[in-house]
Amino acid sequence: MEFLEGALALMEIRLGSIKKNIDGMLKVTIDGIETEVAEGTTILQAARKIGGEIVPPAMCYYSTLKNSGGKCRACLVKVAAGSAKDPRPMPKLVPSCITGVQDGMVVENITNPAVLEARKGVVEFLLLNHPLDCPICDQAGECDLQNFAYEHGMANTRYEEDRRKFEPHEIGDKIKLHMTRCILCYRCTYVADQITDNRVHGILNRGDKAEISTYIEKAIENDFSGNMIDVCPVGALTDKTFRFKSRVWFTKPLDAHRDCPKCSGKVVLWTKGNDVLRVTGRKDQYGEVKEFICNECRYEHKDMNDWVVEGPRHIERSSVIAQNHYERIDLQKLKQDVERQLKFQEGKRLNESNNIPS
Amino acid sequence: MARKLLLKDIDVPGIRSFDVYRKQGGYASVEKALKTMTPDQVIDEVKKSGLRGRGGAGFPTGMKWSFLDRRSDKPRYLICNADESEPGTFKDRYLMEYIPHSLIEGMIVSSYALGAKTSYIYMRGEFRWIFPILEQAIEEARAAGFLGNNILGTGYSLELYVHPGAGAYICGEETAQIESLEGKRGNPRNKPPFPAVVGLYGCPSVVNNVESIAAVPHILTMGGDEYSKIGVGKSTGTKLISASGHINKPGVYEIELGLPVEEFIYSDEYCGGIWKGRKMKAVIAGGSSVPILPANLILKTAKGEPRLMSYESLADGGFQTGTMLGSGGFIVMDETTCIVRNLWTFARFYHHESCGQCSPCREGTGWMEKVLHRLEHGHGHMHDIDLLVNVAKNIEGNTICPLGDAAAWPVASAIRHFREEFEYHVKHPEKVKDRKHFEKEPFVSEKKLTVAETV
Amino acid sequence: MTGPIKFSDASMALVQKIIRRYPEGRQKSALLPILHLAQAEFGGWLSPDTMDYVASILHLKPIEVYEVASFYSMYNLRPVGKCLLEVCRTGPCGIRGADDIVEYLENKLGIRDGETTPDGMFTLKTVECLASCGTAPMMQVGDHYLEDLTCEKLDGILENLQNAHQKK
Repeated sequence: MEFLEGALALMEIRLGSIKKNIDGMLKVTIDGIETEVAEGTTILQAARKIGGEIVPPAMCYYSTLKNSGGKCRACLVKVAAGSAKDPRPMPKLVPSCITGVQDGMVVENITNPAVLEARKGVVEFLLLNHPLDCPICDQAGECDLQNFAYEHGMANTRYEEDRRKFEPHEIGDKIKLHMTRCILCYRCTYVADQITDNRVHGILNRGDKAEISTYIEKAIENDFSGNMIDVCPVGALTDKTFRFKSRVWFTKPLDAHRDCPKCSGKVVLWTKGNDVLRVTGRKDQYGEVKEFICNECRYEHKDMNDWVVEGPRHIERSSVIAQNHYERIDLQKLKQDVERQLKFQEGKRLNESNNIPS
Repeated sequence: MARKLLLKDIDVPGIRSFDVYRKQGGYASVEKALKTMTPDQVIDEVKKSGLRGRGGAGFPTGMKWSFLDRRSDKPRYLICNADESEPGTFKDRYLMEYIPHSLIEGMIVSSYALGAKTSYIYMRGEFRWIFPILEQAIEEARAAGFLGNNILGTGYSLELYVHPGAGAYICGEETAQIESLEGKRGNPRNKPPFPAVVGLYGCPSVVNNVESIAAVPHILTMGGDEYSKIGVGKSTGTKLISASGHINKPGVYEIELGLPVEEFIYSDEYCGGIWKGRKMKAVIAGGSSVPILPANLILKTAKGEPRLMSYESLADGGFQTGTMLGSGGFIVMDETTCIVRNLWTFARFYHHESCGQCSPCREGTGWMEKVLHRLEHGHGHMHDIDLLVNVAKNIEGNTICPLGDAAAWPVASAIRHFREEFEYHVKHPEKVKDRKHFEKEPFVSEKKLTVAETV
Repeated sequence: MTGPIKFSDASMALVQKIIRRYPEGRQKSALLPILHLAQAEFGGWLSPDTMDYVASILHLKPIEVYEVASFYSMYNLRPVGKCLLEVCRTGPCGIRGADDIVEYLENKLGIRDGETTPDGMFTLKTVECLASCGTAPMMQVGDHYLEDLTCEKLDGILENLQNAHQKK
């Protein structure tokens, strides 16, 4: 195994001086679609630039949190050719969220059956000890794991053993922790380290007994800690002030902002009629909040009058929340979306005509 | 009589002390390297010798050293991996306990070759009584002028420290060891970047096994070319094999690579044959992480050639009919061993030792242990066997570090070679309720035994 | 524990010596050795107060110490008996009778794996490979390995351990 890693090391060191295009951009082909990105871009970021079905799923990577990624193994892809200079394939599947692009790299994602099998395996592993809480879990409808399992998983379960359990712990009156649901993405610890001013919780124990905990029961209350709720991909960390109030797809999300000295003040209000049921940061199409909000904006302003409402929030059509949601169509964006999908179909056909297995 | 290098002086009384060790020729390689060779020349000798990592991966040591990032002006570190936790392996403990100076001498010349000014020996915490032994040896070497500032007046300075682990097999993985040395949880890092570029404290570092480092003085003294003449093919030099299990003489043996396996197991110079007059059933040749092989395949390859104790010969046949030399933890099992039970103890081991970062290993090791527990205790189903193979396949290659592979390979190989025994556990649950089930009545295959399978 | 947790002067000197082994600003590396020292000095286990004390010496957040202490299996986060019997149970020891040793100790001491005898003398703990496969089955008690165990030897061993502790 180390011999293969040594081969990788050789490749990395020999590619120390990458031959770039004149404008400094690197060419990468993902599932037959070519794009150009700046040096230092990862495969996942390049795929997100292209958009659509070829974007690998990511359960632990978060672009605005440093050091995240590389753990859940959901984003594994096949690098069929390392670079134009050294076109050998990489021996193992690599995590696309932390693997940098090299000039001339060829990546196979959903056109490679081994990648799809590996992804099914990862879904199975993540669901192994995950409790069947969907009917009572607040995250339902905006849960990354639900989406991941739906798109990339198997229809049945093979696990017959007991699932691991944890002693419930309270971490304050704002955030509810359901440790059984946690998939150990570590994002909440990065929020605590990088976004708040103090970290009082961490990962204790080892293996599948690993748990997020404060060790001695303590509340997590420092400012900006509420962002842990937004970054948590599953229902392990949820907003206690919103607990059991409503299913997410029955609420109406509105973009809003207020003048806040501590944060950008840009939020999404999840409303029912004139009631603000909860306030969250603005997640982009990959579920990532780019501008984190302070605890005051999140918890202390549940009155519509506290906010300047901008309009209905755009919800991706693929989301369950879009079912009850009406918004004005952005024709330009729709055109881009359709063009991209056509381009992908073209690339797929080209692959088939070149006898590259798809 | 086979050539011995590392254990040549093991029986000399007082070899633990600096004076006796020096009198036997110890530290001569330090004088040779620091006074007459450049660091690059030392690396060249190691490359010429063909020394391969003795911790289990078998990666050429000289090549690993040459990966060290020379362009960086950050300090460099050499870390000796003395976190010996691979089940079946106990050779590093033996070396450090009885000839500690061989490791110290190796650390000095290796650090010199790599340009390291501070080096650490990461030793597993359970070896509590060996800490004072090593620290004493370091003090003796320092008092004699072989450590500290301006060693032997050559201008090279080195500080050497022993750092304890605290009970984690995963810290034997090089990046997890570096994390642990930094005072954090032993979570392996993703590679690339490799430790040679970003290692301890973000500086270029090399992690080497105790035995690999202890071999370097001998390579320098006799010359890399001479060293490469010992052994066979790409398996050069001598190796310490930790023999355990159902043999008459378990212990640490230094062999020249290329020794026939049959001789190793049956000759009185080594293991002395199977104990209690029993027959051999299976062997794990390189520590629990490598595939298990039935008796016929450990003595001969699938092609019928005699198997040798070397990297190439043991790996002959890939994982279908071969295994790996690995760390040299040679575990021999007789006919009363229950393969399923033994596999369960290993699955339990990997489950206990998984760090928990990546989902395939964290969840998969637990799953495999639970299924094997049911199988061993008479609650298994027929489909569990194929399930185990599939789970092992889903873990392999998809994890951050090789612990996932190490957990998957024994499962896949045990089922590949001993599937009938697993099926027996499913078909006859009442017979396996007693944990000593095969001690009372060894398992006999229901198929006809072929000539090749009788030993 | 009576009184505040504080290292003796000799231990504190050793702590400072350990910290100096690592580069300036990297005193977190000293966490593992210092936790070993703290465990030995403060009752054989690491209470939250002990860990907070270690955190203050190394200028770390308490959670950083809790995380590390709970990761490694040698740190006891609950009180243990005066004699911690750590019996190896992995493969090579398993095939040479480790299960018999554990069963014998459980019956003899009247406790299960992980428990402590009512008089606080012995704690039984099964552990993973201790790198002593050639002298299996075996167990670790304190600093030492007791190797080549048989059930017959165990009575004598337990008696010796009991006597040694009562003399203290």
